[in-house]
Amino acid sequence: MPTTEHAHRRRIGRRVVRYVVLIAAAGVVLFPIYITVVDALLSPQQIVHRPPILFPSSPRWSTFSTAYQSGNLGIYLRNSAIVTLATVAFELTTSVLAAYAFVFLRFPGRKILFFASLATLMVPFEATIIPNYQTIDHLGLLNTFPALVLPFIANGVGIFLFRQAFLSFPSEVRDAAQLDGCGHLRFLFRIVAPINRPVIGAFGLFAFLSSWNQYLWPLVVTQTNSVRTVQIGLRQLAQTNFSQFDVVFAGTILAALPIAILLVAFQRQLVAGLTAGAVKG
Amino acid sequence: MQRRFGRRVHEAALGYLLILPAIGAFGLFVFYPLVRTAYLGFYLAPPTPNLPSHYVGFHQYASVIGSSEFADDLGHTAFFVLLSVPLGIVIGLALANLAHTKVPGIRLFRTIYSSTVATSTAVASVIFFTLLNPQIGLLSYVFGKEGGNGILNNPHWALPAVALVTIWQNIGFTFILMSAALQSLPQEVLEASKVDGASAFVRFRQITLPLLSPILFFAGIIGVISGFQAFGQIDLLTQGGPNHASLVLIYDLYQQAFQYNNPGFAAVLSIALFVILLLLTFVQFWFFQRRVSYAND
Repeated sequence: MPTTEHAHRRRIGRRVVRYVVLIAAAGVVLFPIYITVVDALLSPQQIVHRPPILFPSSPRWSTFSTAYQSGNLGIYLRNSAIVTLATVAFELTTSVLAAYAFVFLRFPGRKILFFASLATLMVPFEATIIPNYQTIDHLGLLNTFPALVLPFIANGVGIFLFRQAFLSFPSEVRDAAQLDGCGHLRFLFRIVAPINRPVIGAFGLFAFLSSWNQYLWPLVVTQTNSVRTVQIGLRQLAQTNFSQFDVVFAGTILAALPIAILLVAFQRQLVAGLTAGAVKG
Repeated sequence: MQRRFGRRVHEAALGYLLILPAIGAFGLFVFYPLVRTAYLGFYLAPPTPNLPSHYVGFHQYASVIGSSEFADDLGHTAFFVLLSVPLGIVIGLALANLAHTKVPGIRLFRTIYSSTVATSTAVASVIFFTLLNPQIGLLSYVFGKEGGNGILNNPHWALPAVALVTIWQNIGFTFILMSAALQSLPQEVLEASKVDGASAFVRFRQITLPLLSPILFFAGIIGVISGFQAFGQIDLLTQGGPNHASLVLIYDLYQQAFQYNNPGFAAVLSIALFVILLLLTFVQFWFFQRRVSYAND
């Protein structure tokens, strides 16, 4: 049967081509990360060696602890963790409470206030940064953790997404719960919130990533290493320690590591989490 | 009757209480600052810092919007968006199409193509800052040093280099978005065209691409919006230089407000940024409205 053999060969040939392209593309995407890892493990003399050394034959792991301690990455990562966790906790709480009120409670002005929450999606934070800086300054909060958290304690995206999710909640269940004497807050925290865990989780992941990756605001309101977040800390490291480039490379890896681990852990929520913010301009 | 009224008041009070944290924060950190920004645009910064600023009304708006500096800001921003958005989408779509297959080990490749979502703007920028450094950077070693100072110090190449970093950082996100879209396509249609004997390229152009057009539009709009907000990569790679060659709108805004002590000028730029992004958001909303109504038909 020469024809099937021919077809078989062609299929194998096509598969080989696909693998070659897949590997080449992977090489291009990974190259910057790979080089950063390799250079973090080389000595400064080896980094400037030409032709370049592309594999660390005697890796210097100690550079990572240098970056963590004297490069202050330890402090920066701790600061980012504090600021991000606080921001996400506030955002989730304010969004869940507001969305619940907009769906399950009746009060004058409900529509207009929901519309106002939606309207915040159209205001980019960058366009309001000057008065926000002045407000934080007047409150005496410059260079503190509250300065990094306060402007972001509420998020229109969260309110919008949670309201959409809560709206699909069957009203008979609410009526039944009410007949059983279940109050609003108990109903919210025992039934509505647990049922909507997926959307709350997806928004939580999105909120975590956006808070962790913030750059402009932390740059403007922090002045000392004790409150700088890891993004601004990395800038500090790159600009003040550029002569020790091995430490800069190691610091870059340390700065990216927590998010890499988080994304592997939450792989399944990733798509929903990444696109959750797409409703915001 | 009395009791029902009491319950209603109670419910309304609870409602206000629950929305208070969110609405209060919006008032203080979104609406008040937006109005205040527009107001600051009416005041001209004094020539020396300690003098009071001077009310000029719409004069400052007119002079900033009409200035060549503003035109240059917009030109650089548009150039940056045009460089980074279409190419970024094409690369993301190509990778998603490449990985949309069932061969052994494909999960590893998908993980690799998604991997740049773990990098922040700062991480990506510092990685490329070192790669492009004329003394130690590997890319400078391979592709040349551009007159010894590196491409980030070359007025023609600075902005394209920043766009390249942005494209690389966004590969993961675009890949994930495009892969999800490819997986949601009706498989029967694709299978039927395969049986018809259409070549892979024809199938992609005539069937896959039209089906993907909503998600491509969506990716384009959010790409343009985030392109107008791109700040970290400019700050870390070029600081708007060399000689203003990469001075985009948002970086000019930052420098005027926080380095040159010129809040009035920066306020006008802020309002301009707000209006531009508002128009883009309207295009996006209008588009989704239309899509939803199609789906309901």
